[in-house]
Amino acid sequence: MTPVMTYCSFCGKDTADGDHAFCRQRLSVIDPPRYCSQCARRMVVQVTPDGWAARCSRHGEITSGR
Amino acid sequence: MTAAPEQIDVLDEAREQVLERGVGLSEAQVLKVLELPDDRIPELLALAHEVRERWCGPEVEVEGIVSLKTGGCPEDCHFCSQSGQFPSPVRSAWLDIPGLVRAARQTRETGATEFCIVAAVRGPDKRLLSQVRDGIKAIREDGNDIQIACSLGMLTQEQVDELVAMGVHRYNHNLETARSHFPNVVTTHSWEERWDTLKMIRDAGMEVCCGGIIGMGESLAQRAEFAVQLAELEPDEVPLNFLIPNPGTPYENYPVVEGTEALRTVGAFRLALPRTILRFAGGRELTFGDLGAKQGMLGGINAIIVGNYLTNLGRPAQQDLDMLEELSMPIKALSQTL
Repeated sequence: MTPVMTYCSFCGKDTADGDHAFCRQRLSVIDPPRYCSQCARRMVVQVTPDGWAARCSRHGEITSGR
Repeated sequence: MTAAPEQIDVLDEAREQVLERGVGLSEAQVLKVLELPDDRIPELLALAHEVRERWCGPEVEVEGIVSLKTGGCPEDCHFCSQSGQFPSPVRSAWLDIPGLVRAARQTRETGATEFCIVAAVRGPDKRLLSQVRDGIKAIREDGNDIQIACSLGMLTQEQVDELVAMGVHRYNHNLETARSHFPNVVTTHSWEERWDTLKMIRDAGMEVCCGGIIGMGESLAQRAEFAVQLAELEPDEVPLNFLIPNPGTPYENYPVVEGTEALRTVGAFRLALPRTILRFAGGRELTFGDLGAKQGMLGGINAIIVGNYLTNLGRPAQQDLDMLEELSMPIKALSQTL
């Protein structure tokens, strides 16, 4: 089952609340996700030369799919 | 009545002084370049490119970087999302040795000759130096011959000697901005402390990598001041970053440097530093986009960081390698010196 995207991975706020166009632009160009999209917890993110891995203490790890 | 002295155009001066004689521009001359109107930028970039080719050659040095220790830094560098003093979303993380070896391998596979291991610290402690030592050993055991650089903050003489013994050939320690502007950017240590570390690195025989970030509220005069202060240091490499206004930092609402302004800065820095490796580093994706990156490469830049940065993402390495091929710019091979 695909997880429900409730929170913005860039700013950590509710995606239904406000405009996240700037957040989407940053995420598409230079930022890895910083907040868990399911619970808004700050994630531990490791950026490497060809990808990134972001770990939420509750919802586990996501990666750039390298 | 005496006739007013004829104004000499700064690019004409630069052609004779920098291109022909290899003497970098003075602070006053760099400022004049930074004040050139937009319609003279193509002329500036063409000259900067000629200077780069004359004094550095056609090759481009490719580098990858990785963060060994992310976040939780005690310093208050206002641009940095890794400072523990600001409410940044960046959390502390350590990269393990297998991860470091993989990152070095990925970097070497791009054709890069440089791999820089970076830690967000005031200076390294025993644990960090031990991790770096083990990491370098593991990279070599992996059969990777890439040249290794480090950026671990301010050093003691003993730490400098340890890094030399580990085979670290270049050390990055940015002055970040002009001396006169530095106290507005960092308050937990001084520009002079950074200078002292750089001097120790040079004296120990390591290559010096020292640059900074454009767009941190400095004036054009301070930008010129910075270029000339870097030239006085005679660094082997100058990484040129453009501010990424990261959330939670004091500079989160600063504007992104405009492309034309950034190109003028690239050209001006090349004319101040004719013989130095001038590297495109962080922020170019926001400032330039794809087209501007090419213009920068044809405007004095002769080195790039490929792939991602420390906490921000870059363009895929292949995109930059394709750009270099399109521009017919050869990648510097290992064991050559620019």
